[in-house]
Amino acid sequence: MRWVCILFPQLALDAVLRQRSDPDEPLALLSGPAQRRVLQAVNEPARALGLRAGQSMTAAQALSKAFACADYDQAGVEHWQQFLAAWAYRFSSQVSVHFPRTVLFEIESSLALFGPWPQFEARLRAELTALGFRHRLVAAPNPLAARILANAHDGLAVPDAQALGPLLGQMPVERIGLAPTVASALSRMGLRTLGQVQALPRQTLARRFEAPVLKHLDTLLGERPLALAFYLPPDRFDVRIELNFDVQSHQALLFPLRRLTADLATFLCGRDAGVQRFDLHLEHAGLPDTLIKVGLLSAEREPGMLFELARGRLEQVQVEAPVRGFRLSAQDLPSFIPQRRELFDERPQQSLPWEQLRERLRARLGDDAVQGLGFQADHRPECAWQPHAQSQPATLLSRAQRPGWLLTEPQAVSEGAARILMGPERIESGWWDGADVRRDYYLIQTRAGQQGWAYRRVGEGGPLWLQGWFA
Amino acid sequence: MGAVVALDTLFHRGQVWKGRPAPADVSRQPTGHAALDAALPSGGWPEAALSEILIAGQGVGELQLVWPALARLTRGGERVVLVAPPCVPYPQAWQNAGVDLRQLSIIQASDREALWAAEQCLRSGSCGAVLCWPKQADDRALRRLQVAAETGQTLAFAYRSIKDAINPSPAALRIAIDARPAQLRVLKCRGGLARTAPIAFAPGH
Repeated sequence: MRWVCILFPQLALDAVLRQRSDPDEPLALLSGPAQRRVLQAVNEPARALGLRAGQSMTAAQALSKAFACADYDQAGVEHWQQFLAAWAYRFSSQVSVHFPRTVLFEIESSLALFGPWPQFEARLRAELTALGFRHRLVAAPNPLAARILANAHDGLAVPDAQALGPLLGQMPVERIGLAPTVASALSRMGLRTLGQVQALPRQTLARRFEAPVLKHLDTLLGERPLALAFYLPPDRFDVRIELNFDVQSHQALLFPLRRLTADLATFLCGRDAGVQRFDLHLEHAGLPDTLIKVGLLSAEREPGMLFELARGRLEQVQVEAPVRGFRLSAQDLPSFIPQRRELFDERPQQSLPWEQLRERLRARLGDDAVQGLGFQADHRPECAWQPHAQSQPATLLSRAQRPGWLLTEPQAVSEGAARILMGPERIESGWWDGADVRRDYYLIQTRAGQQGWAYRRVGEGGPLWLQGWFA
Repeated sequence: MGAVVALDTLFHRGQVWKGRPAPADVSRQPTGHAALDAALPSGGWPEAALSEILIAGQGVGELQLVWPALARLTRGGERVVLVAPPCVPYPQAWQNAGVDLRQLSIIQASDREALWAAEQCLRSGSCGAVLCWPKQADDRALRRLQVAAETGQTLAFAYRSIKDAINPSPAALRIAIDARPAQLRVLKCRGGLARTAPIAFAPGH
């Protein structure tokens, strides 16, 4: 068993920063009552301005005014921890959020698939950086040791229990997860590192300290298993981004939209699912939300495509009021079946498959914009076609001459504008459904040389009605 | 100095090199009309390029000109897209021409959106041929279509009015269809001189 512990040292700050388009802007997170706001966390550019965590808001504003503020959101931190657990679920089925601001997962069984550890580690880091989370990463033979070593190391990989002992031995007693009273008692005894504590006889420790202390140390060294509750991915995706200003144009919504669709794709990869329908909620102050429904013909999860489609729908929408918040929710997550692609494509630049192209066209032009063409067994020309294709190949139809183009509305042919080349051919049908047709069809040629298909109702005089072109 | 040398003698003695155009690659998309194939430098529709078909109105054989190519493409499993066609395609006629209707897609769009849709289809590279009917297409729009056809390696057909024949166009091939007499005129073809003599073209009906 090998466990990876990923510690997110500034999860709350990253959660806010990743929703902003400029991550280098000085930012401080505030907590405390309205009368006495305190800086809870600051990012690197804000620290350069002299801001420190724990400062009061008034002190911070005396130093500088050029920084942005946001609320420290405890629920948001837990939400993002759950999101990262969903991300880690791609790599292992045993993912735990037992420790705060941390994701732990078992990787021994996943290494065969994801390659040797250095390669896997690089992949984890690249994905986390792309998601916008700063992190420290340690692999160790047991989960608690991984968590404790992450306090002091980054990028450490402990191969086995023999190597683990000396590494843990160097850890100071304050940083090994013991209660503060126990840690200070140990340090007052002159014991600075875990190694010194381990060197003591077990009975003396048991006599001086309560039972959980020895249990903790045993768990740390892997002699006692740690019972972890494993993460279960939720059945639906629902993420909201609060915009801290009124947004009036869809341009300003594109950045949050890109984040949301990328998060959705990450979530779907973890569940090995796709999405076929999702909703975008635009929240307004004092008005009901504007709801944009995005529907796809098949389950998809490619982030760029989801973004393009949602963008296509978003650009069509007109809202009455400025947008204050933005939410993406997906309820229906069918399993994802990847499309079969040829290994050697006949065309080298087959960059966009037809299914994706069709979705893109539908997103911009409307759901019914892309149609097929099917034959319907009816002699009446206006009933002989349908706007969707048949699934099985049609049998060869009769060799009767039919025009390539059919006009949607018949047009009257003025007297003398055309001469009859051939005809008539009588079409008489439809007495059973009320659209009775009795017509004599002629092949006509106009003065300009165009060949058309025109009819005259049986028993009526008057002009010919042009219904098609022999193109 | 001053001696006049006849060109003929120079040519006969082989002292002057005459540049000959390199034979163009043979197109894999024959038009299906033998006389037209013979007149085109690549022996077929220019691949990965825009072909313009100029017509005075509907019903002069503009579909019969492209049906052989479309039939071959759809039978080979390639998709053929009609972007905003002016009328409804009559399935029976298309099928009798050999087109597999399952591979045929029709996109309904307004004038401006139709150009965008045609460009997307061409650029994607997932279609075998794209037919469009640009209205009031300027030089820039056609150039975009031409570049998109090159990018996506797709056959592109644009139907335009015969009145546009006098305007220059970036298309690789321009063919005008005359109804009276029934003939084709190649106005421009990339890779060779356009043949001035019209080609007889009798659309059967």
